[in-house]
Amino acid sequence: MSTVLSDDKIPNNVNLSSDRRLQRALEAWQPKFLDWWMEMGPAGFQVQDVYLRTAVSVEASGWAHFDYVKMPDYRWGIFLEPKQEGRTIGFGDYQGQPVWDEVPGELRNMLRRLIVTQGDTEPASVEQQRLLGQTAPSLYDLRNLFQVNVEEGRHLWAMVYLLHTYFGRDGREEAEELLGRRSGDRDRPRILGAFNEPTTHWLSFFMFTMFTDRDGKYQLSALSESGFDPLARTCRFMLTEEAHHMFVGETGIQRVVKRACELMKQDPSGDVRALGGIDLPTIQKYLNLWYTLSLDLFGGEISSNAADAFAAGLKGRHKEDKYEEHKVLDQSYPMEVLEDGKIVAKDIAMRTALNEVLRAEYIKDCARGVERWNKTIREEGVDFTLALPSNRFHRHIGIYADSHFTPGGEPVSRAVWEAHRHEWLPTDEDEAYVKSLMQPVLEPGKMASWIAAPAKGINGQPEQFEYVRLV
Amino acid sequence: MDPISFETHPDRYRHWRLSTDGDVATLVMNVDPDHPHRPGYELKLNSYDLSVDIELADAIQRLRFEHPEVRAVVVTAELDRVFCSGANIYMLGSSSHSFKVNFCKFTNETRLYLEEASAESGLRALAACQGTTAGGGYELALACDEILLVDDGSSAVSFPETPLLAVLPGTGGLTRLVDKRKVRRDRADVFCTVAEGIKGKRARDWGLVDQVVPRSKWDATVAERARALAAEGAALAHGPAVALPALAPTVEADRIAYRYVELRVDPATRTGDLTITGPTAPPPAELHAGADGGAELWSLRAFRELDDALLRLRFDHPTIGVLRLRTRGDAAHVLAHDEALARATTGFAREVRLLQRRVLKRLDNTARSFFAVADAADSCFAGVLLETALSADRFYMLIDDAEAIAVRTSSANAGPMPTGSGLTRLQARFYGTPDDVAKVLARGADGPIAGEEAEQLGLATVAADDIDFEDELRIAVEERASLSPDALTGMEASLRWVGPETLETKIFGRLSAWQNWIFTRPNSTGEQGALTLYGRPERPAFNWNRT
Repeated sequence: MSTVLSDDKIPNNVNLSSDRRLQRALEAWQPKFLDWWMEMGPAGFQVQDVYLRTAVSVEASGWAHFDYVKMPDYRWGIFLEPKQEGRTIGFGDYQGQPVWDEVPGELRNMLRRLIVTQGDTEPASVEQQRLLGQTAPSLYDLRNLFQVNVEEGRHLWAMVYLLHTYFGRDGREEAEELLGRRSGDRDRPRILGAFNEPTTHWLSFFMFTMFTDRDGKYQLSALSESGFDPLARTCRFMLTEEAHHMFVGETGIQRVVKRACELMKQDPSGDVRALGGIDLPTIQKYLNLWYTLSLDLFGGEISSNAADAFAAGLKGRHKEDKYEEHKVLDQSYPMEVLEDGKIVAKDIAMRTALNEVLRAEYIKDCARGVERWNKTIREEGVDFTLALPSNRFHRHIGIYADSHFTPGGEPVSRAVWEAHRHEWLPTDEDEAYVKSLMQPVLEPGKMASWIAAPAKGINGQPEQFEYVRLV
Repeated sequence: MDPISFETHPDRYRHWRLSTDGDVATLVMNVDPDHPHRPGYELKLNSYDLSVDIELADAIQRLRFEHPEVRAVVVTAELDRVFCSGANIYMLGSSSHSFKVNFCKFTNETRLYLEEASAESGLRALAACQGTTAGGGYELALACDEILLVDDGSSAVSFPETPLLAVLPGTGGLTRLVDKRKVRRDRADVFCTVAEGIKGKRARDWGLVDQVVPRSKWDATVAERARALAAEGAALAHGPAVALPALAPTVEADRIAYRYVELRVDPATRTGDLTITGPTAPPPAELHAGADGGAELWSLRAFRELDDALLRLRFDHPTIGVLRLRTRGDAAHVLAHDEALARATTGFAREVRLLQRRVLKRLDNTARSFFAVADAADSCFAGVLLETALSADRFYMLIDDAEAIAVRTSSANAGPMPTGSGLTRLQARFYGTPDDVAKVLARGADGPIAGEEAEQLGLATVAADDIDFEDELRIAVEERASLSPDALTGMEASLRWVGPETLETKIFGRLSAWQNWIFTRPNSTGEQGALTLYGRPERPAFNWNRT
């Protein structure tokens, strides 16, 4: 019996204490995870007490247990949604057959790739954000950053659990490599390009949690439909945590927007920057940047990989239940493609268009968030509207990648693009300005000049609450 | 469809960039997705089709003739995280069987040329795989002397053909894996069924690549290995450089004409006539003398033309099943050219002979029935041209009273033009009576060998006088043209390569034959086959019977 690992140290609902294979794998992996966390986790905050939420069980009362904890002592757990007896595969070629509790051999590689690609983003984002703690705009935000970080860590555990339990030696090797790659490292980069760019300041962090984590939500949602039941159950539990990350992003930007509006009204000439705020046009540029980087994460518009994963019953659509038909063999998807410099509509076989189907759901969800920011602007009595750019704008993957489009989606020449780029995307000056605002504000209840206070505290705590004990 | 041109030039490459720096050349694959060989698919992710491979073949050829100072070529790519993803699957899926087979044959020949350049000309090749190296991409790397793979945690070498497409890595990949790199066969078995491939340390430990290199050390390591490889071949003679001019044939519907080679086809009878004209004068005292620097030397020009004609025959005239192969000219000039090449010590002369050798192999490998025909007084099956008759499936000679129609041997028949099996064509011909090789060469040294004697010696299949000859040949050709082209391909391929197996014969025999069989099977190319359905919403359905 393991002396290192126990159900108490690692909260779980997968019978860890009686699973020798999992124990053996985790005993080797867990110390390496901690080494990784110390090296690549939040810089400078490993000894402080942080008011964090820990999932200790999957019951309604158990998933949100709040207490002070030092991050390296955080109890990263392994939780799957409880199994639904009699669940059948909901889509694809195997629709109606019982879900798999073990990995079908012929789908092993595809499944492993899906899990590794998803799993790689979790530690990557922790690495991208590791320096942000140095410039937190408030203790409240600092705590939220760490909550996001530890949960990304837990999501890594969730994926590692699947690799360890279902993929034998290969799985153990992949799990180790998840700790071996480093965001932005030339030699050992993270798998997806967007996860190799550092998150250099808090505006980007909020945009990341708003837009990039939302990609994660949709990927998890599609995987939560999986015919491989342990994956589906894992992802369903992860979705509850992902929602918090998007809350951090959406309310974070909302507070920056609110502050911008307040400062516009304060300054005689409406100059937000003069009063140390982030003006709405700059926010729009960062929105353009992060939204489009995140659109790329869904993959190519026309994708045989997406078709294969769907056909195999491994990755479904968001809320597969709400669709009437689940084989999707004869349907097509109207897609706007660029032909000879013009946008034309083309029907694409639905299965190969499933990345785009998922992306379309995501876009709707993003639009709802942006609308809530616009509501804040209206409530402040300011005449300005934030908007999502076209899904063709500033793309690096897929059918629009090699062409240039305005935020409105009109095709333009490279020259026109270059001439207007500074109006559409953050410039070096914008970046320098935003960075210049990033001074830490660590007194309980205080906020940096560029962000409004949150509407309410975490777990009902008062404004002055000491979310992170800095001593 | 328009005839395919196999001629190109680095100035016109769309898919590769060739540059040289001292004794190291760099060949960068940068496939232009929008210019495939024919419309209907995009060449994404450095996938290749015939247009890409024609440029590769051209580049290897030009390095040998035009850049003899180059001792090592780095084959690499510039695409982010992708070296080469292999033959374009949509191209394969939408191609006719005949095109697929000939495409694969051409790509196989090109890869063998890389290996030949290393073995015979000291031109080493380094595959610098800076990203994903899949399928035909890895097969290209396998044809190089050394493989470097970037160690970035994700770039792998892979053979996804079997698990993803239900076909084989048919460009020599399976053979080179175990025969050339000597990867243990059980590991090769695992490797060939893991679609995503193997990366990093394991790829090196299994011998799939020679070295894995982190990105930060990539450029320096590639440069260092290229220099080391270049040093290996430095002792061989090289040059002088000769620029290869365009052949610019006249192409008509039923005729392709070059300066020395003419191909006429008659679709009605499914037959053709391939005629090679010998040199019109003796060779210059120095082979690379003259304004052209040797480019117009008959030995080079005529064989480049024959090469081009064979490729056009394969791709553009699929129904022409039987070819009468004739030579015209002064046999003495042919022999003089052979001997001048044999005497010369320049790298250029060596390259000309190696080119002749490659073209003769391409003739061996052309899946059409060839009947060599010596039926006129100016026939000149001498030396290197006699090799074409020995390559042919049969050799018909007219017996004339003056004995003007005769064959002649030269040093070209005694070793420098081996077939893929490593035997000379005479050794292959007299596989059961090896002493006859020396006998024929000794007799040839004494002068022309006319029809009757050639038949007795075993050089001519049939020698007949003017009363019988015409009918003999006509009936043989008509009969041949009536037989199943598939059976003939298999029959000829089995008979042409007598003797031992080599990497080359295994690739063209075993691997290609299995691949071509699989290409016609429903599990790959049927309506529900994996190749057919690749990229489509449906998934393949297999017939589970094993043979």
